[in-house]
Amino acid sequence: MNSKLTNRLATGMFWLVGLGILAILAWFLWHILSAGLPHISWKFLTKKPEEMLSGGGIGPQLFNSFYILALSLLFSIPFGVGAGIWLSEYAKKNRFTDLVRLATEMLASVPSIVFGLFGLLVFVTTLHMGYSIIGGALTLSLLNLPVLVRVTEETLRAVPDSYREASLALGATKWQTIRKVLLPTALPGLVTGITLVAGRALGESAILIFTAGVSVSRFAPDFNVMASGETLAVHLWYVRSEGLVPDATQIAEGTAALLVLVVLILNLVIALPSRFLQRKMAGKSS
Amino acid sequence: MTMTAVQEKIRVQNLNLFYGDNQALYDIDLSMQAGSITAFIGPSGCGKSTLLRTLNRMNDLIPSVKITGEVLVDNQNIYADDTDVVSLRKRVGMVFQRPNPFPMSIYDNIAYGPRIHGIKRKRDLDEIVEKSLRQAALWEEVKDRLNKSAMGLSGGQQQRLCIARLLAVDPDVLLMDEPTSALDPISTLKVEELTQELKDKYSIIIVTHNMQQAARISDTTAFFLNGVMVEHGETDKLFTNPGDQRTEDYITGRFG
Repeated sequence: MNSKLTNRLATGMFWLVGLGILAILAWFLWHILSAGLPHISWKFLTKKPEEMLSGGGIGPQLFNSFYILALSLLFSIPFGVGAGIWLSEYAKKNRFTDLVRLATEMLASVPSIVFGLFGLLVFVTTLHMGYSIIGGALTLSLLNLPVLVRVTEETLRAVPDSYREASLALGATKWQTIRKVLLPTALPGLVTGITLVAGRALGESAILIFTAGVSVSRFAPDFNVMASGETLAVHLWYVRSEGLVPDATQIAEGTAALLVLVVLILNLVIALPSRFLQRKMAGKSS
Repeated sequence: MTMTAVQEKIRVQNLNLFYGDNQALYDIDLSMQAGSITAFIGPSGCGKSTLLRTLNRMNDLIPSVKITGEVLVDNQNIYADDTDVVSLRKRVGMVFQRPNPFPMSIYDNIAYGPRIHGIKRKRDLDEIVEKSLRQAALWEEVKDRLNKSAMGLSGGQQQRLCIARLLAVDPDVLLMDEPTSALDPISTLKVEELTQELKDKYSIIIVTHNMQQAARISDTTAFFLNGVMVEHGETDKLFTNPGDQRTEDYITGRFG
């Protein structure tokens, strides 16, 4: 076999793999959306769920999903980004730094249900938060924290040293350099990381079953962080495993489709401005 | 500042520098005058860039570097314990080998320095941006695209932008670390012309591997070899009648 033929074969194979990925995604989307979309209506999106009767909605769950997501990001972004900045810019190369990095990696590999149990023991029980939005959000931020640390550290490291030198050589302090040059340059990467984390948080169920509970407030929207707050993903699990409503299948299918749509929309909403920003900084858009 | 007498701007005294256990500079003694251009020449690895980077303490960024001896800028030892490195670097600025504009607009690149040093008014910033770009002979080329990204400029334009960015913080000394090595001949010529226009107002120290460049633009030249300063003198004299055999060998192309 000559090298040209091998090259052509390899090229073809990689194309095939790429198309295969697309096909899997398309298949998955078609399956979930075709089953679920017909059940999504304005009523479904805004109504409260039913316990016994059919025709319940998922209004409060939709709200809780975003509320818990926002709170968890509020807790985890300052810590995660801060730790990432420290690891990338301040930490000296020594054992302590290695230990912090190792701890982060270990936290990242903890199964989410274990975090759930931890949240149940610490926030829900010991700190008397009960099954609550705040308990869920805090536990969820523990899950997100290591990912944010790593993404921040990696994106900052990817910023060329020449930018640091240029800034310091102009008489900037280290903090000015980080704030005005490094973070803006790393922003697209950070945004991608945050989108990733947000998507995972929206879909997370194991943690929230243990910490935010499987029921919703009687009021909607209820901003009380002590109220228990079932999210879309938890609701999906709940109606399929414990739900008594006769239309459980339809509600689950609708919820699944909605969840997928919400994550897709969130990705677009965050990623598009970030792309634009990146192109602008790179000087390609004119 | 009066320019009547020759004024010493920087004096390096008995400077030794180590990267870990490796000594990179040996007993350097060197005096550089205000309002003139000093060139550092020598083969790769001779320590000329390392010495340049001691002059605004950019070597601080490398943890393993140890330095003994003194560097006096305006008669102040910049390695004294109470030195404010940030204000030192504002006075002694640096242009790097590869153009390194920030991924921001041309305007924001120039305004970066003044902004971090506390200038906020748009009118003041506009004025500094225009003045610096004019000084760097870049204004005519970019005045209609100040809000476009600096990354879209050519390499030569980027390097002049970096010079303009430096001039905007109003330093006394410009350190240039092989500023034209990544540029084409025409851009190189422009940067060289620029150094001639700037030398009345600034003390310029330029590291170059290009001997013709050193001969063309500098007033004095220092020749380095293996971490030792072999010779420092008037550029004309050093290139026509060097005092040391090693200098002669180098400038006549026998090694390096």
